[in-house]
Parts: sequence; C-alpha cells; structure tokens
Amino acid sequence: MAVKVIIPTPLRPYASKQESVELQAGTVGEALRALTAKFQELRKHLYAEDGRLRSFVNVYVNDEDIRFLKREETAVRTGDIISIIPSIAGGAARSSR
Amino acid sequence: MATKPSATPAAAALTKEEILRYSRHLIMPEVGMEGQLKLKQAKVLLVGTGGLGAPLGLYLAAAGVGRLGLVDFDIVDFTNLQRQILFSSSDVGRPKLAAAADRLKGLNPEIRIDLHETRLTSANALDLLREYDIVVDGTDNFPTRYLVNDACLLLGKPNVYGSIFRFDGQITVFGYPGGPCYRCLYPEPPPPGLVPSCAEGGVLGVLPGIVGAIQAAETIKLILGAGDPLVGRLLLFDALQMRFRELKLRRNPECPLCGDHRTITALIDYAQFCGVRGEEAPSSAGAVPEITPRDLKTRLDRGDSLFILDVREPHEYQICNLGGHLIPLGELSRRVSELDSSREIVAHCRSGKRSAEAVEFLRGAGFRKIWNLKGGILAWSDEVDPSVPKY
Repeated sequence: MAVKVIIPTPLRPYASKQESVELQAGTVGEALRALTAKFQELRKHLYAEDGRLRSFVNVYVNDEDIRFLKREETAVRTGDIISIIPSIAGGAARSSR
Repeated sequence: MATKPSATPAAAALTKEEILRYSRHLIMPEVGMEGQLKLKQAKVLLVGTGGLGAPLGLYLAAAGVGRLGLVDFDIVDFTNLQRQILFSSSDVGRPKLAAAADRLKGLNPEIRIDLHETRLTSANALDLLREYDIVVDGTDNFPTRYLVNDACLLLGKPNVYGSIFRFDGQITVFGYPGGPCYRCLYPEPPPPGLVPSCAEGGVLGVLPGIVGAIQAAETIKLILGAGDPLVGRLLLFDALQMRFRELKLRRNPECPLCGDHRTITALIDYAQFCGVRGEEAPSSAGAVPEITPRDLKTRLDRGDSLFILDVREPHEYQICNLGGHLIPLGELSRRVSELDSSREIVAHCRSGKRSAEAVEFLRGAGFRKIWNLKGGILAWSDEVDPSVPKY
C-alpha cells in the first residue's frame, strides 16, 4: 500500500529536510520501519532503546491517534496519511542567552 | 426592601464609554450586551508574556476581559522584538510585566491588570491560578507546560494551549469537562536536549501572532459559551505550507492525571519530571571534555594545529563563523569520514549544546582528541572577539 508519512519540522533535519515521504507499507509499524531504514538518524528520535515508540511522539493515521487504534499494528491503506506529531514547547521563547 | 436583583447589577453594567468602545461586539447577537458583560466579569490568567502572550494580551485586553493576570519574570531584550509585539525598542531592559502593563492599560484603561512577577512553581501555582476562570498557556518550556496542565486539572479550570516551533503551531483546549489533558496527548516530555527550543531552532516572528490570536479567540469563545470550543481536537498549523490540519484528541483512560485510575493528585517536581531541562540547558554538564574560548584563542595564537568543527546549520554559518569546517549535527554520523581522528578537534555550535552532543557522538566513534568549545560562539563573542555578532 502506498502511504504518505508527514515528517514534522523538528525531525526534518534527520530526514534529508523532506516534508513528507511516500512509502509502501501494510501497517503503521511497517511504514515507520521503512522510514527509519531510509533515514537512520530518525530512529533514535522515534524509538526508545527498548524498541518502543517514544512517549512524546504521537503517530496518527489520517486524524486518528494510533494509541486508540491498534498502535503499530494499525493497518494502512493506499492514500492514508501517517503523521508524526512530536511534543513542542515553544511560546514565550526566552532571550537567546 | 430587597427585591429580586435586576438583570444587570450596577457593578456589571457597561458605562457609556464602554458601550462605544465595544460597539462592534455589541451589535453582534453572538456577543451582545450579555456577552460583553460576561467578558467584563471574566478573569483570565496568561502564563508567559512572550511571543504568544503578546497577541493574547493585546486581543483579550482590547476585547474587554475584565481582569487579566500576567505571569512572567523576564526582561525585554532585542531578540524579543522580532515577534513580541507588546514591546517597543524603548522597552529593552525593562521588566516584561511593567512594559506589558503600560501597553495594555494604554489600550484599555477600563480593565484590571494583575501583575505576577514570578516564576510559576509547584509551590505557588494553585494559589495563583485559583483566582481565575481560564488559564492560557503561552510558556516556552516543558516543565511549566506540565505544571500549568496539572494545576488546571486539579482546580478544574480550562487551559487554552498553544505552542510553536519554527513554522509549526499546535493549539487546543485542555481541562474542559470531559475533555483530554496535556498528559493524555503526551504522557511524558522529551528527554532534555532531544527537541530543540525556539532559542535554538528559531521561530517565524508572525507564527506566535497567528497561534496566540487563535488562543485568544478560543478564550473569548469559552467566556461567551459560543460556538464549538477546540476541545478534543488538536489544531496543527504549518505556516510554510500555509495549511491547517486537525487531529482527534481523546481523553486517555490510562492518564495518570485525568484517567480512570488517577495516580497524580497533587503537583509534583516538574524540573525532575522533565529531566531538569530548564529553558536552555547548558552544555551537558561536564559529560564531555571542554575548552574555554580563551584557552582556544591562546592555543590558536601559539600556532597549534587545531581542527575547528562547526556543527551548526549552513544559514547560521552565514551569520558568523570561526572559519571552521561545517558539518551540521544532523549530518555528522554519515559525514564522519570527513574528520581525521588523529588531529586535535574543537567542536562548536552557537551555545555549546549541540556541539556537546557532537563530541559525545564522536568520542563514541573512537575520537579521543576532541573538545567542546564551552559556551559556543556566543561565549567566543563575549570573551575573545566582540566583533563576532551574537544571535
């Protein structure tokens, strides 16, 4: 299945600055494995050392959080959009020093 | 003899001046006199008077929110002016709260402004937030975001959340009855150093204007009880693609704060929870060998053959550089062959944080003669060469 994975801004430096990537995958887990195989530096940002997805990175299939579906076993179909949504904290942005 | 209170008690009535000021609200049935009086009686706390706090403060004051609390303890500096539109060049060096109060009182003298010149902490948060109906989170760091979330949940106050990074914004309303909280979305913060702050990653100046204005709209809607609040929906904004997207956000039954089996019933130590990141952590405390800018200068002047490795991004190199070899941190692992491990290498970035990661990585890859420039090019500018611009 051809799915699109949207790479969030903070992770783009580790994915050749690409905004999105088209991949072949049958599940979310397969898509993320294909993604980290392509961009190895992304791996440590997505997965903890025990191989689990990091808890400050959420993954959505279309507009649904995979934690409320079948997590990485969630099936994907052609045309689905997988979004990686990391935690960002900026707002007041203290002075640069 | 006391009779039934009139529909509009004197304290909650609008003066002639206020009727004129708010006329564009009053002529809309969704606001009207009733809504404007709700705004006048509302008490809203803004946590953070920075990029998000600026449009929030301006729009909420202009809209006639009767009591506006501001929490901040920072001083206005030149790097703020690119986006913090509450402040003028003449405010640089002043406390943000004093400058904000002058601006907001000038905009709307009819409202009350409370200044809380303090850092929000586990010790003061509940007392501070208790006074207000709605809390708006415009902070810049994970510990304060979890603190604001938890305090709002414990007090039963809605938390209008917005956060920004570079060209991206995230907006939602947490703490609404039955809705999710920040911990449902992200149970834990990233470990220190993995996600860059705005001071490191930058932010488009207009982005907090857009995100803060959306937070202001949601705050006003909550006060009015109008429309569909942004509850259970995470609004994502990408200024570069100029695209809004919306994701479903659910209350997590396993959430330790608002789930079915709650384990958090009081405020905790948020610095510890977030790994003591702070707003801008110094280079990872003594974990890697360091060299001070002065020592580096002495060695270079002596003619020592040192290889300077700059791990910043190419556009930062254009702002200022030390003539080093540029390999952005994100590319280091696949470009490591460009480096000669038999040479003495000094790695640097802007503040010393990314280069500490680079040194740690390279030491793991077998490099032994490698140091991190302490404090980065900022410290070089302070201690060695003031002609190098700081950014």
